[in-house]
Formats: sequence, C-alpha cells, structure tokens
Amino acid sequence: MGHVPAGPELFHAQANAALKDPQLRQNFRGAMDYLQDKRKNAFVDPVEEDKIRTLCESIRKRCLSKLPELLEQLDANCTRNGIQVHWAQNDKEANNIIANIAQSHKARTMIKGKSMVSEEIELNHEMAKLGIECLESDMGEYIVQLDGDKPSHIIMPAIHKNKQEVSDTFEKHLDDFTPTVDVDELIQTGRTRLRQKFHDADIGLSGVNFAVAETGTLCLVENEGNGRMCTTVPKVHIAITGIEKVVEFLSDVPPLYSALTRSATGQAITTYFNMISSPRKRGELDGPVEVHLVLLDNGRTQAYQDEEMRKTLQCIRCGACMNHCPVYTRIGGHAYGTVYPGPIGKIISPHLMGLDNTKELVTASSLCGACGEVCPVRIPIPEMLQRLRTEAKNPPKPDAMPMKGQASAASTLESLAMKGFAFAATNPNLYHRGAWSATKLRGLVPNNMGPWTQCRTSPKLANKTLHQLIKARNKQAGDK
Amino acid sequence: MKLTSPSQSAKSAILSKLRGAKATVIEKEILDYPVWQSHDSELLKQRFIAGLSASHAEVICVRSSQIANAVEQVLTSKACKSVIVGGACDETAGVSEYEGGEFLTEILKGASHLDIVQFGREFEVLKSSLFNEIDAGITHCLGGIADTGTLVLWPDKAEPRSLSLIPPCHIALIKRSTIVSNFAGMMIEQSWQEKMPTHIVLISGPSKTADIQQTLAYGAHGPSQLVVILIDDVGVAQP
Ligand code: SF4
Repeated sequence: MGHVPAGPELFHAQANAALKDPQLRQNFRGAMDYLQDKRKNAFVDPVEEDKIRTLCESIRKRCLSKLPELLEQLDANCTRNGIQVHWAQNDKEANNIIANIAQSHKARTMIKGKSMVSEEIELNHEMAKLGIECLESDMGEYIVQLDGDKPSHIIMPAIHKNKQEVSDTFEKHLDDFTPTVDVDELIQTGRTRLRQKFHDADIGLSGVNFAVAETGTLCLVENEGNGRMCTTVPKVHIAITGIEKVVEFLSDVPPLYSALTRSATGQAITTYFNMISSPRKRGELDGPVEVHLVLLDNGRTQAYQDEEMRKTLQCIRCGACMNHCPVYTRIGGHAYGTVYPGPIGKIISPHLMGLDNTKELVTASSLCGACGEVCPVRIPIPEMLQRLRTEAKNPPKPDAMPMKGQASAASTLESLAMKGFAFAATNPNLYHRGAWSATKLRGLVPNNMGPWTQCRTSPKLANKTLHQLIKARNKQAGDK
Repeated sequence: MKLTSPSQSAKSAILSKLRGAKATVIEKEILDYPVWQSHDSELLKQRFIAGLSASHAEVICVRSSQIANAVEQVLTSKACKSVIVGGACDETAGVSEYEGGEFLTEILKGASHLDIVQFGREFEVLKSSLFNEIDAGITHCLGGIADTGTLVLWPDKAEPRSLSLIPPCHIALIKRSTIVSNFAGMMIEQSWQEKMPTHIVLISGPSKTADIQQTLAYGAHGPSQLVVILIDDVGVAQP
C-alpha cells in the first residue's frame, strides 16, 4: 500500500503513525544501519575524510559565490555545444517548458531516470494531464510509482519496503508475476518490464548531479544504467536541475563525485558516470538528436539572498544526513510530507514551500549534530535549523529580505507571555513578588503537562527562590 | 525549438535575484586532495584489476598476440550467439568509412564463429536487434583508472555509446599502458576541458542495484556481465 503523505503541515500526525508501524521501523532501522556502516568503511582515515570535506566545502562555496556568472557561462557553453537551455522560476514554468518540448515532438511517453527535481515540480502528474505517460526507470522509483507512492529517501526511493513488500507490489500490479522474495528475480522482473519501455519512449528525462560551466557538460551519477538508457536511447533528452548544481571547472568534479558516492552508499565509485556535452553530432550514429537543459529556481534564489541560508545550496544530495539522523531513522521519509526528507529537507523545504507550510519540520530535530558531522560539504544543518526556528517565530528585520511564510509560527500567547516575563524581570518589585508567589503555589503545578510530560516528569519549583537562598547564605556568612 | 520568451524573462528574473544578493566572490583555493597514486606500473595494474574484480567484473590478462583467442574464449564461455562491434558502415545511409578501433581485426577473428553485426548504421536501424537479439557488445577503452578499477570510454563514430550499454554482456579491451592512477589526474594530463566529446562514460563493473532491501543484484538495466580483456603492452612479464 502507498504511504502518500498529505503534506508537511501534518508532520506530527504522520510521524506518530510511522512510529506505530513496526514493519516500517524495522525496514528503516535495517537500512540506516547498513548505510551508516557503508559510509564508515568508505572513510576509514579521519585525516583524509577531513581533507576531502574541506576541499568539497570550498568548491561548493566558491561556485555559489559566483553563481550568476557561472549560470550564464553554463548557458553559453551548453548552447554552443548544441544543448538547448531553458530557465524556470517555478514548477509551473518548468512543466510548461517540458510540455512544450514534448508536444513539439508529439511525444506520448517519457522514460525517466532519477530526478528529485522532477518530483519537486510533480512532473509525472502534470504530464499525465496532457496525456503524456511518464515512467520511472530507477528500480526503486519504479516500485514506488507502481504503488502510486512517493520516494521516502533521495538515494534509495523504495527503502521503506522490504523484499516481501516489493513482491506484493509486483503481484498486485504486474501480470504474470509469480511472487518471490528472491531479489535477483525481482530485479529481473523490473528489468524485463522496463526494457521495452526504453526502446519505445519518445523522450528520456534525467536529473543532473553536476553541471560544468567551463565546458557545458552535464554529469550523471548512477549504478543501474537506466540513466544511460534515458539519455541515449530516446531521440530527445531533457535534463532538469536546480540552479545550484553548477560547478566552475571540470576539475571540480572528481573530488565532489568521490565525496558523493562515498557519503551516499559507501562506494568508492558508482558503476556509471556519464558526462554529456552535446546532442548527437554529425556522423555520430546514436544518442539523442536533441538535448535540453531546464534550470529551475523554485525558491533557491530565496535561500541565496541570505549569506547563512546560502549554505543550504552547497548540498550535493548524498543523503548522508538522513542516514544518520535519529529522527529520520525512526519515522522514515514519508512522515515529513516533503520531496526532500530528513535534515536536508528541513532546511531546503522552507525555501521551496515557505515557512508557513514547513514550520513543524524545523522543530523536528534533537539538534544532536549528527547531520552536520557527516555532511561532505560541511553544511551546518543544526545551526541553520535554529535560524529557521527564529525566522518562523519573528517578523523580518528591517534590512533583511523576508522569507516566504516568515513569522508564521509566531504565537500571540507565547509572545505575550514573553513580553510579560520581560516586563516582570526588569521590574524588581514585580519580579520578587512573582517569584515569591510562585514558590508558595508550587504545589499547584499539574503532573500532566501535555506533550512535555509524555516522557518527562513534571517540573517542580523549589520552595525558596535563588534570591532567598543567597540572602540566607550571606546572612549565615555574616553571622560567623 | 527556440528559446521561448517566458524562459528568457525567467532567466533575467533569476539572475537579477542572484545578483541582488551581492555575494562576495571567492577565488579558487589550492587544497591538497588526497587521492591514491603510484608510478609503479605493476601496482597500477594490480589495483585496477582488484577494483574491477571487487565490482564483479571479470578481468583477463593477455598479450597482443592472444587477443583473438581471448575474445573467442569469452564469447564461448558466455554462450553468445551474436555480437556487435564497431567500425564498418552502411554506404546506403550516406555515411563515409569509419575506422574501427585498434584491435578490430583481432576482434573480428575471435568472433568469426558467431553472427557479427558491425554498428556502422544509424542507431534507429539497429535499435530493435540491439535490444532483442544481440548477446554481447565489444568496445575499446580510452583508458583505465587504477584507483577505483574504472574503464573510461569516449564513444565515437566508430564505437557508438549503445555498444557498451544495451547488449547484456559488455566485453571491453584495454591496453595496460593507458591505465593511470586516478580520475582527477587523467582529466588534467589529457586536458579534457579543452575537448569534451558528446559523451564520456566511466564504467566500474556490470550494471547493479541495491534498491530492494539493500541486497546487491547485477544486471539492473545495463549489461549484467562485464568482461575486461587487459592487453599487456608494457613489456613486463606476466604474473
Ligand atoms: S545536506 Fe550534506 S549530508 Fe545532507 S544530502 Fe546534502 S550534502 Fe548530503
């Protein structure tokens, strides 16, 4: 069954439901233990790990510092190479661009490699409205799509299912499938069903891991070969990416690629690494005759406005932060109700969807720091969460650009209480009288204080205030 | 299709928002990048083979004189009936002569007992046999990366990219002299940034996935078998 969540506003309810699902918890526990272990083995030398993280952070910071220039350079070089470049401010514009390309080729089917950005713009859904069938070809995505489900992890989309559940999904949706928990057989089933689709598809769509400004090259990281299929077999290839994925030099690619694969799945390298610089040239016998690149903003420029928030865009989408997050490990990806779950989701989604929709997410962290510790590009996720919590509560400062949904978590009661406290605390008479009565009335503190007492005992006030204690102490000292 | 004006106005809106942030430009820092490297040809070879074997590829070491033999043996052991190679051309399609890779003659000799298809035609003509009939594709490589056990392919007119992708078995020929230490080094030494071709692919093993319960399975979409014929042209004795 699909676990399609309603959205991030229902985070609490969705997290509660996930916590009550033992099978889901077991699937995630197993997967996260496995991925944590793999990453640990990929970075055995802490000195080397430190150096590669420092280098990757510096590359990403530099490239972001020149983002507008690099995007223009990328556009110019891709165009020179014969790649058609399109810009989109939001999901609607991106879908229009893709729909126009599809319609200009009278396309009926699109085969897709993994692309979280296409999830972001709900491409499949939008194309279906125009009668264009989009089929996911990454094995995990294919399984998830069969179920009408959504990915629950950015690297391993079907991580919430075990092999029995995958077999059940196939049994329900595929003709002539004999149930099996043999993973090889399950994968062969997917392979066979998708092969004909690659052969027939009018358009191939993919994401982009790194877009190289210097050469106008699109890099694609993958293990399965479906990325190669989508970008080789159909006559038209459309690549879609967020504007932050651009890097300055070709030489920036190898360290980022290494950090990505090692952080994500603990692999020294993936099976395939594609570098696509142009459509089929004269005399070449295969490859798409048209290549398009769609550059999507969708809130990224908002993150870019603010120097601290800009660090969000350093992300290379390795997923390590979610693999190491104690919250994600327990509730899984769907509970967040966003395309990007886990720690990275909590800091990017407020820019994509507004703080009003995501204010619950920024509080869903113990701030243990695990995400920041594993991030290969050193994004200080915990600090950014604290910053976002502040922005959710307070209106923008006069000199700052407001964030979408800013101050949406502000509560009149809370701010009144804070104001009242500030007034009392700066008014000695009032403060002392208040503190004195609080100690006297301490017996009235209820044992049940809602969510606070769910896993804690109710706080009891001391019977003397600090002032009283110090006074008594000083008096005692004076008596001696 | 031409750029539509909404895309142009989106471009200026996005760029002006980014410029509005007035980010301070950071220039390139030269940082130490710790990657594996060696100048010992034997070590390079060993690491290359170890990496490929660990990712489930088979590596066969031969001398130049044994290539045809090795090709024949691999094709027989994989029970291949038909094979596709590069080179040749279809005059009717108006394509001029393509030179095949360096060892094309040996490959053709080694595969002579099978049905051989030479690419040399537009993909669209070969598409359905590539998908449904051909058992193996044979290619040359531009080079190898010892650090990770990786083949580097620059597909071209003679050896198109689907040759190493669509048939279930990929047989790759690589000269030992083309193996370098690491990816970054290869790019720099060969100045890739000055001459990027249509497509480059790095291949490190047969196609695989761990998408179902973290269980590794081979042959997800690309070739389920990768056989590397490593041609010893360095003049060092065989181990
Ligand atoms: S925030 Fe860091 S750890 Fe998380 S996905 Fe992005 S790069 Fe990886």
